[in-house]
Amino acid sequence: MDLNTIKQFLYEYDGPDMNIMEVCGSHTAAIAKNGIPGLLSKKIHLISGPGCPVCVTPSAYIDRLLELAKQENTCVVTFGDLLRVPGSEKSLRMIKGEGGRVEMVYSPMDILEMAKNEPETCFVFAAVGFETTTPVYALLMQELVKYDIKNVKLLTALKTMPEAIGFLCENGAPIDGFIAPGHVSVVTGSKIFEPIAEKYDIPFGVSGFEGAEILTALYAIVKMRGQGRVINCYPAVVTAEGNVEAQESVETFFEPADAVWRGMGSIPGSGRILREEYAVFDAGSRDLTEDKKKNQACRCDQVLMGKIKPTECPLFGKVCTPLKPQGACMVSTEGNCFSWYSNHREV
Amino acid sequence: MAQDKITMLHGSGGQATSELIRSVFAEAFSNEVLGQMEDSAVVPGSGTIAMTTDSFVVTPLMFPGGDIGRLAVCGTVNDLLMRGAKPMYLTCGFILEEGLEVEVLRQAVKSMAETAKEAGVLIVAGDTKVIEGNGGMYINTAGVGFIENEVDISSAKIQPGDAILVSGTMGDHHAALLGERMEIETEIKSDNAPLSEMVAALLASGLELHAMRDVTRGGLATVLKELAESSQTTFVVQDEAIPVTPQVKDFCGLLGLDPYYMGNEGKLVLILPEAEAEKAVEIIRGSRYGDGATVIGKVYGAENGNGAPGDLIAETAIGGQRRMDVLQDEGLPRIC
Repeated sequence: MDLNTIKQFLYEYDGPDMNIMEVCGSHTAAIAKNGIPGLLSKKIHLISGPGCPVCVTPSAYIDRLLELAKQENTCVVTFGDLLRVPGSEKSLRMIKGEGGRVEMVYSPMDILEMAKNEPETCFVFAAVGFETTTPVYALLMQELVKYDIKNVKLLTALKTMPEAIGFLCENGAPIDGFIAPGHVSVVTGSKIFEPIAEKYDIPFGVSGFEGAEILTALYAIVKMRGQGRVINCYPAVVTAEGNVEAQESVETFFEPADAVWRGMGSIPGSGRILREEYAVFDAGSRDLTEDKKKNQACRCDQVLMGKIKPTECPLFGKVCTPLKPQGACMVSTEGNCFSWYSNHREV
Repeated sequence: MAQDKITMLHGSGGQATSELIRSVFAEAFSNEVLGQMEDSAVVPGSGTIAMTTDSFVVTPLMFPGGDIGRLAVCGTVNDLLMRGAKPMYLTCGFILEEGLEVEVLRQAVKSMAETAKEAGVLIVAGDTKVIEGNGGMYINTAGVGFIENEVDISSAKIQPGDAILVSGTMGDHHAALLGERMEIETEIKSDNAPLSEMVAALLASGLELHAMRDVTRGGLATVLKELAESSQTTFVVQDEAIPVTPQVKDFCGLLGLDPYYMGNEGKLVLILPEAEAEKAVEIIRGSRYGDGATVIGKVYGAENGNGAPGDLIAETAIGGQRRMDVLQDEGLPRIC
């Protein structure tokens, strides 16, 4: 089917209202970047979900990183977009300004070289992410175990998508369809969403990140309204089974655990932690359950669950901006509030 | 010079300072004005002058396609050019950290001298200080340019109906630097270049140049949004018209960066009446560093339903629209 037919269908759609959630931060960014909301009928509502890994990290996790950064002979190593996420009071960037040791890297594997150069320093990687990123941490663990490296540890806040989507179906806004995360699906395989699709009679469209691919997935979802099916609109890279090797590597080092999602609380089985036998590599990831808001008026929780649009938060664009984020959703370029703010998105 | 590293002694103002100036700077920058070695440079000139200054704190000091020396000339020269001035004189202040390899300094100075020659400016005054540190180097340049024939190029002249042009591909400098810092092997080179020849050709063409800006930190979107706001018009650009090399595009895709927000050091945005756009593209393409010149969009007034005054709107490849803003915070690479 050609793109114009799909566009015309989505623009002229006049059936029952449909709430469609994208649960991947890259999709949130791509939807804004491609100007997709303006191409849809007023009856199709796009809702951004909890798909930005730094946005769903609870304050206790950030606070623990801050403690570590301030310790003698300790260095926190992190991806860039975690630097500005507020804990209960401060962010890693603020602590860095106060003399805490925080280094930004582009690949977790960079930590190996750092650890080799400074054997007296303990390097702690802020291991945040979904199914997409966890295999990279498994790769890092392989190296740590193989070479018996003692001065690298992981502070983990690893999350898994299907359990969170199930939680949203039970507790979030009413959703009529999901744009399933493309990158996650590469690892997990598209079939991982089948049980939820069937349980809640909700269609899932696995999508790529180009504008035309997202429109195609939306078309499939609208057409399948009310049907509990998963349709793979990203077959070039996503298979039903996923990357089995990566899945096995993750299994070796990590086990399922309950995980606290910022603003949403603890969701059973929605996380991964290092297995007991590798606990020596853990920098204290267990029991980081506290989730304090920096600003009590922040409504990140309802934004993440699709209950309100970012623009409906009283802080949005006033007290809370990308330069002074009050909640995590305003931090990352993949955060819902950041995306809406920086693209002046209204619908 | 006998020593191969900068020490605090080089900043003492005594013998070692003189030797550093003589052996590194004076030789490379040699010209009649500088040769007088007085407390200030005295140069001929009258009429309307343009002045600007910029400081350069780039890491690493040498990068694919350029170095801090070339950058320090291009940045200031291009700022003068954007107001239609002919760049004439530069001053340079060096702040060196102890431990800096003299050879690295020598290379940067050589590169500055070559770039100044290319840009047609004289370096007429300079200063050097040494501070404690770890082998770093910082350069400030200030520049003076002459404005001839009552040229008046400024954002205040932007009109609805104007065309928006860029002189070439976006994001090259930013991507080259990031690639070097992250030790990612790419073929991307910085585009740092003085745009003297290009602007001279545009000025000589008699075209009605409304506004020019060089696209540096903050990237294209930041420049365009600022111009739209200051002229209270609406800018509409086409995503697909923005020139980006395949290498930069892939690099951005990998790191979650947006070429709209990445810096260049040798590219300009030109705004002029649409009827003259084609001629301007031809002139820019015919001049050095202008191969990739192209029209990327148009300026609209309030009568068009395309957004409010001050808006920057991008039309996407699939026919959507989005309103863009200036760069928010620093562009931190995303996690996945």
